[in-house]
Amino acid sequence: MSRFVERHPAWALVTIIAVAVALWLIFAVWPPGLEEAIGRKRVFLNAVFNGITLGGLYFLVASGFTLIFGLMRNVNLAHGSLYLFGGYVGYAISSSTGSWILGFVVAFILTALVGVLLQVIVFRRMEGQDLRQTMVTIGLSIVFADLMLWACGGDFYQIQTPNWLIGPIELPLVTAIKSSGEPVYLRYPMVRLVIFIASVIIGVAMWLALNRTRIGMIIRAGVDDRDILAATGVRIQLVFVAVFAFGAGLAGIAGVVGGTFQSLSPGEDIRFLLASLVVVIVGGMGSIPGAALGALIIGLAEQLGSVYIPTYAIVVTFLIMVLVLAIRPQGLLARR
Amino acid sequence: MSKCSIGLLALSSLFLSGAAIAQEKIKVGVTATLEGTYTVLGEDGMRGHQTALNVLGKKIGDKELEFIVASTDATPDSAVRAVRKLIEQDKVQILLSPLSGDEGIAVKNFAKTHPELTFINAASGAQETTYVDPAPNFFRYNMDGAQWQVGLGKYAYEEKKYRKIATVGEDYSFIYTQVFGLVLEFCGAGGQVTNRQWVPLGTKDFASVIAALPDDVDAIYLGLGGADAVNFLNQYQQAGGKAHLMGGSIMIDQTILSSKGNAKNALIGTIAASGQADTWEDPGWQKFVKAYQDAFPPNKRFPSPSLLATNYYDSTMALILALRQVNGDLSNNQAKFREALAKIELDAPNGKIKLDSNRQAIGTNFVTEVVDDGKGALFSKVVKVIPNVNQTLGYDPAVFSKIGLPSRTVPECKKY
Repeated sequence: MSRFVERHPAWALVTIIAVAVALWLIFAVWPPGLEEAIGRKRVFLNAVFNGITLGGLYFLVASGFTLIFGLMRNVNLAHGSLYLFGGYVGYAISSSTGSWILGFVVAFILTALVGVLLQVIVFRRMEGQDLRQTMVTIGLSIVFADLMLWACGGDFYQIQTPNWLIGPIELPLVTAIKSSGEPVYLRYPMVRLVIFIASVIIGVAMWLALNRTRIGMIIRAGVDDRDILAATGVRIQLVFVAVFAFGAGLAGIAGVVGGTFQSLSPGEDIRFLLASLVVVIVGGMGSIPGAALGALIIGLAEQLGSVYIPTYAIVVTFLIMVLVLAIRPQGLLARR
Repeated sequence: MSKCSIGLLALSSLFLSGAAIAQEKIKVGVTATLEGTYTVLGEDGMRGHQTALNVLGKKIGDKELEFIVASTDATPDSAVRAVRKLIEQDKVQILLSPLSGDEGIAVKNFAKTHPELTFINAASGAQETTYVDPAPNFFRYNMDGAQWQVGLGKYAYEEKKYRKIATVGEDYSFIYTQVFGLVLEFCGAGGQVTNRQWVPLGTKDFASVIAALPDDVDAIYLGLGGADAVNFLNQYQQAGGKAHLMGGSIMIDQTILSSKGNAKNALIGTIAASGQADTWEDPGWQKFVKAYQDAFPPNKRFPSPSLLATNYYDSTMALILALRQVNGDLSNNQAKFREALAKIELDAPNGKIKLDSNRQAIGTNFVTEVVDDGKGALFSKVVKVIPNVNQTLGYDPAVFSKIGLPSRTVPECKKY
C-alpha cells in the first residue's frame, strides 16, 4: 500500500478523494441542493447497495470461472449452463421439500458432479488445445440449453424466498430528515443482504483456502507452472478435477441465488456467461481478488447506470470493459 | 436399362405427385417469441393459434393449410430474420406475424418489399405499425396498445380517486403506446402523471428501479410483461412495496397472474385495461375459454387464455375465414384474398372486430380488476366493457395527429 503511494502519489490522492466522497455520500445527510441536482439519497443508497449485492452474485459465478481458467487454462464457455442447471435443481429441491438451504446443498453437489464429468470426459481429452476446448464448450452450452428447455420449458421459475427473509430491514443509514427532525433510515430487502454476506464469506474462505492451506498452495503452484508441479509428484489430474468440481458447484449455488432474487429462464445461461466473462476480463483472468473487484465494478455500474442514465445502462458495462482492455489489457488485478 | 428407366419413371412420378400435393397446400408462416423475455407470451400465442385450428379446421375448399413456425425474441431484427427465412426458404404465401411491438413496426416495413404476399399481424400492438405510413398488405385484427388502455384512466380518476400516478414501463414501442393511451385519458380527466421510468426489455434486477419509485403518488402504473413483470413483482415483494398498482395489458394477464410463487399476490385489487377480461360472461368468450382448456392438459396451459392466445386465435380466425370466402384463391397477387380480409367482420371471442381504412382493428376494450378465486388462482374481473374503440381513441383525427407519436415523453400530461 505505502509502496503504491510512493510510486503513484497522484493516483493515490485521486483514490483517497474518491473514497472520501463516496463515504460522505453514503453517511452524510444530503443538503437540499444536492438532492435537487441528482435526486433523493434513498435512491442513490439503494442503487449502491443493489450494485454491491448484484456484484456478490456476479462474483459467485465468475469466481468459479476464473478459478478454472487460472489453473487449467480452460475457457469453459458452458459455465453459464452450469449456472442455469444449478438454478433449476435448486428450484426443484426447494419447491418439493420446502427447504431453501437444502436447495443450495443439492445444487452444489449436482453441478459439481456435472463439472467432474465435463472435466473427465471433455477437457482431459483435449488438454492444452484452447481453440478446440472453446468450440466444444460452446457446442455443449447450446446442447445443454436445449436439453434444459426441453425438460423445464420456456417458463420462468422463481425460487421461493423463505419467510424469514421476505421483506425489508432498516439499516442504520440516514436517508433524510423529516420536517419533525426525525431521521428516516434506509429500508433494504433482507434477502439481498443475506446473500451478499454469504458471498463475502465464500470469497474470504476461498482466499484463505488458496493462501493458507496446503491444497491452496498446490493450486497456486499449478497456476504458476503445471508441468513442474506435476514433476514434483502431485497428482495434478486429481487437483484439476477437484477445482473444476468446486468451480462448477459455485456456479450452481449462484444459480440458486439468481433464481431467488431474480428468475430462471432460458437465456439466463448466456447472460451470466457474458457477465462472468466481462467480470473476469475487467478483473483479470485467473485472479480471485480480480473477480471480486470486477464483479463489484460491473454490479455498481449496472445499477447506478439503470438509475441515473437508464437509456445507456447496458452500454456502461461494455464501456468499462473496453476501457480496461485499452488501458490495462491483462485486467485490473492480474499478476502478469 | 429397363430397370433404370422404370426407376426413373417411378422417381419422376413421385416428384410430380409431390408437386401436385404442393399445389393443394397453402403455406402460412407463423412467428412467435419462443425465446427470451417474452417466451411465455409466445408459447401461449401458439396455443391460441392451435385452438383456432382445432375449432375451424385447416381445410380451405379442396386445399389444405400448412403452417411453418419460426421463433423470434421480441427484437425487430429477429422478427425480420424469421420472416425472411419463412419467405425465402419455406416459400410461404401468407404470414401470421409478429407478436411484439417493435417486431410489428419492422415487419410492416419489411412487408412493403414483398407486395405480392399478405401479412396478418399476429399480436403486436405498437401504434406506429398501422398509423404511420401503413403497408397495403399488412392487416391487424387486434387493437393497439393505446386502444387497450381505453377506460383505465377515467376509472382510476373517477372511481378509485387516484390523482397523481407514476409509470414504470419497458423501453419500447408497445409500452410507449400503452402509456400514451393511459396518459391521454388520465390527464384528460384531470389527473397528473408525475414520473415516467423506462427500463430496457429483459431487465433482471429491478431493485434500483423500485427504490426510485416516488412515494408521493396515489398509484404506480406497471407496463411490463413476461419475465420482466415476474422479476419486478418478486423484487417488489422483497423490498416490502405497498403502493396501489395499475397494470398494462400484458402485465395483468394470465402470463403473469398464473406465474409460480406468491409475488403475484401484490396484484390483487390492481386495476387494468386490456382487449379481454378473464371472467367475462359473454357466451362467445366462454366457448373460446372452454375450447382452449380442452385443447391442452391443465399443466401445459394457463387456467384461462392470455391476451396473446386470444390475439393469435383472432388473427388465425381472420386468415381462415377470409381464405374460405375466396375459396383459397391467391391469384393476381392475392387481390381477392386481401379484399376479403379488409371487409371481414370477425365475431371474435373478445367482441366484434372490424378494420378501418388503415387495416387496423376497431374492437371492444375491457377495464378489469384482479381478483383471487379463493383457491389461489388470480383472474381479471370485468369492471367495464367499452365497444367500438378506434385507433384515434374517439378523438377527431386532426386533433389526434397533433398529439404526436407515442414515445418516452409523448404525450404531455394535459387535456388535448
